[in-house]
Amino acid sequence: MREHTVLRIVSQFVIAPILLYAFYVQFHGEYSPGGGFQAGVILATAIILYGLIFGVEAARVAVPPTLLRIGASLGLLIYGGTGVATILLGGNFLDYDRLAAHGGQYYGLIVIELGVGITVASVMIAIFYVFAGRGRQNNPDEDEDHGQADDYDADDIT
Amino acid sequence: MTQFLTETLPGLFNYWIVIGLMMIGFYTVIAHDNLVKKLIGLSVFQSAVFILYISMGSIHGSTAPIIIDGNPVYAHPLPQVLILTAIVVGVSTTALGLALIVRINEAYGSIEEDDVLAADLATSEGEEAREEARSEQAEAEEAHAADDADDGTEPTERRPG
Amino acid sequence: MITAFFNQMPVLVVVVPLLAAPLCVLAHRAFAAWLLYVLASWSAFGMAFLLFVQAKIAGQVSYAVGDWAPPFGIELVIDTYSALVLLLVTGVAALTGIYARKSIASEITIEREYLVFALMLLCLAGLIGITVTGDAFNLFVFLEISSLSSYALIAMGPKRRALLSSFQYLIMGTVGGTFLLIGIGLIFMMTGTLNMADLAERLPGVYDTRTVQAGLAFVVVGLSLKAALMPAHIWLPNAYTYAPSTVSAFIAATATKVAVYALFRFVFTIFGVGYAFGSLPLGTLLLTLAAISMIAGSLASIFQTDVKRLLAWSSVAQMGYIVAGFALASTAGVSAGLVHLLNHGIIKGALFMAVGAMIWRVRASSINDLAGLGRAMPLTSAAFVVGGLSLIGVPATAGFISKWALLSALFEAGRYGVMAVLLVASLLSIIYVGRVIEALYFRPLPDDVSHHQHGEAPLGMQVATWALIAINIAIGVHATPELEATGRAAALLVGGGT
Repeated sequence: MREHTVLRIVSQFVIAPILLYAFYVQFHGEYSPGGGFQAGVILATAIILYGLIFGVEAARVAVPPTLLRIGASLGLLIYGGTGVATILLGGNFLDYDRLAAHGGQYYGLIVIELGVGITVASVMIAIFYVFAGRGRQNNPDEDEDHGQADDYDADDIT
Repeated sequence: MTQFLTETLPGLFNYWIVIGLMMIGFYTVIAHDNLVKKLIGLSVFQSAVFILYISMGSIHGSTAPIIIDGNPVYAHPLPQVLILTAIVVGVSTTALGLALIVRINEAYGSIEEDDVLAADLATSEGEEAREEARSEQAEAEEAHAADDADDGTEPTERRPG
Repeated sequence: MITAFFNQMPVLVVVVPLLAAPLCVLAHRAFAAWLLYVLASWSAFGMAFLLFVQAKIAGQVSYAVGDWAPPFGIELVIDTYSALVLLLVTGVAALTGIYARKSIASEITIEREYLVFALMLLCLAGLIGITVTGDAFNLFVFLEISSLSSYALIAMGPKRRALLSSFQYLIMGTVGGTFLLIGIGLIFMMTGTLNMADLAERLPGVYDTRTVQAGLAFVVVGLSLKAALMPAHIWLPNAYTYAPSTVSAFIAATATKVAVYALFRFVFTIFGVGYAFGSLPLGTLLLTLAAISMIAGSLASIFQTDVKRLLAWSSVAQMGYIVAGFALASTAGVSAGLVHLLNHGIIKGALFMAVGAMIWRVRASSINDLAGLGRAMPLTSAAFVVGGLSLIGVPATAGFISKWALLSALFEAGRYGVMAVLLVASLLSIIYVGRVIEALYFRPLPDDVSHHQHGEAPLGMQVATWALIAINIAIGVHATPELEATGRAAALLVGGGT
């Protein structure tokens, strides 16, 4: 779709605000509607739009699949790591009050929502790459994302 | 009867929709051969359940469960949270199902269940026929070996290597 | 520090495999992923054992996630019933770890090996979660985590038919999961709570409503789909046949068992014995289905040409035995069902492992391909024979203990028809086990084999298989500890709900 001038110009204007909006939803999620899952999807939308307009190869350069693999697992680790941290601080799993004297719940939510956001965004983009790149070229890098498609259901035990 | 028409029917509007969607989805899963359509049916089926949960949490005239000034009536937040989780599960299932369909298409060249099963049947029938032939052959050989043993000759193939 | 660890164990047993999974993906190396799997599964097994002891001493271990007091927060509850299933799941998972290295390497390309271990860890975390949770909705989420990862695992099988098997399993499994979701929704609608203990308290007040009756029906149908009880078993034979050998062993020994666990956790603990088996005819229904499962599964098993498929069909039959025990709703019956649940998990795990070792050697899985292996692989074949005898129910094996318990429970309940069916099914199992043994020992090794590398399977595969066989025989010889534990669990279930 690179030859469609209108699409290309409009998307150039739109992608940056979408990214910004994703961060807004991410960091206001703990006291207003929003949160990691929604933010992750919005963030992924921006990249997917970029991939649709400028080609999957260009998107792959911008956000390489290796980064997604690391992101998907890192997000889950941030979530679980928060839980383990609360245990180490003497509380129960995901007992956010232990994280700080005041407002531990806030900090805890921000951190785990960040984890959720990273994982969801990574997995969404990974799914897009797998489906969009399928049939054009078959490198082993793509195959590995198949299993990851279901990695991310683990992070929503909220 | 009139009470049913004026109160029960519209009063349970959401649940009629839920039942309708659920049956449409379930029927699609069972009746269609096309794997993608099956998956669409599954999604519709799951969506019906999402509506069921959201409906049970809603109160007539309530707002979204957000704390604001005043004391408004708000919907039960728990079903909404639960269903957010269930939606994520549904999305994962759909993604995984589509990934499988893509690979089935690559392996068989078709996404019609009938075609795929026919291809499988062709190979498995061939395999089974071959296996049966082999079993018979093995039995025949055994009988043969027994004959040989009567003759006093040692069956060579019995010896482990 | 030690007490803190003991207090945190109920959640750690889930969290350790759950967090090891993303570490596997980060590690991206087959060996590192395998090592992580082994470490996580063995530590989960260790914690499961400690939890079992704790549950025995305290009667029940409870844990509030996030320190939100139940019934408002998610509660983890471990009693003897869940601790026993937990021991089975983690034990099989730990042994699968030892087994997996060579078997996986022969069936899956090295770049994707780490994914198998990551998925197996996720599946393990889901299965453990189902057993430890005390929250109905949480159970659904864990069930879906384990199911989704097992779909992906089955799709990794070496043949292309694995893909369609996995897809069929996905459709059936998701329908089952969604039915469970509807059932949980309906009982939530009537009670406003999701905590199992709280539900059990509040449900009697609304027993007579059609919503709760429908809720029970949805839960039973949904979990029967996951447990592959007879009319809903179609996904199982294909899924077990075409999955990689390690995955077959792992899933066959755990996944359906945990679904049965969840089913009867709902029926006994949440809905209550008097309601499900007294007011509603669930007992008769389940017994009938169980009897059909036993006969039809065994009959189908006899006519299979593929060993893995033969074992899979026998699993369908054995699910019938397990459900028959639970469906009696007496202490003896539930205890017998639970004993067979555990024993069958151990037996099937060992059999699938033995068969996996043979497949590793001959690279094919039809019965004819196993001809003469009794001499080429004496140890593995012997393991299969012991496992097979246990499946039939020969004395001094675990299978005998559970069948004896089942028969006496059925006799006690006066269900002579089901007893007869069980005996006939056992006779049929002699035929199908016999077919494999005949091929192993009474047929010559083919001359033209290109795979003429005689010799045993690798040490890891041997150790894991024989460990399960040893447990099997140990139970067969000295069953008192197991029977005593299952008796306690049964008393808890049958006595607790009413």
